Amino acid sequence: MARFGADWTPTILILDADGQERHRIEGFLPNDDFLAQLHLGLAHAAFTAGKFEQAAERFEKIVRDLPGTDAAPEAQYWAGVAKYKATGNAEALKATADAFKQHYTDSTWAKKASIWS
Amino acid sequence: MTIPWRDDADRALAEAKESRKPLLLDFTAAPM
Repeated sequence: MARFGADWTPTILILDADGQERHRIEGFLPNDDFLAQLHLGLAHAAFTAGKFEQAAERFEKIVRDLPGTDAAPEAQYWAGVAKYKATGNAEALKATADAFKQHYTDSTWAKKASIWS
Repeated sequence: MTIPWRDDADRALAEAKESRKPLLLDFTAAPM
């Protein structure tokens, strides 16, 4: 556990194919939140591997299927970033900012996306 | 669906690198 900096249980780490940590889940979570965090980790791993379309799909799945989870605002943000990285089209970022005007308006992720309006 | 759990972290890391797939490490029941 010390090797991976896991100081508490439960700790779940999602590493990319090169062994780099891409997401960490520490402590208990209810089923939907845990599932959303797992998907978030896989989406981040895909993103850092340059698989932007796959990452966008994974992020969007969280927003679509697990909208009430704490992971959903972060997923909405990164879905927009992944779409932008995949296409080079900044409209994806503006659309994300607009989406935050409808959902997760008080989240930190909404603040981060507000610059794209 | 069965999950192919491994007890050997180094072996799991090597498999992940070879298969170019992400890896999940679970410390759910590890002793403190």
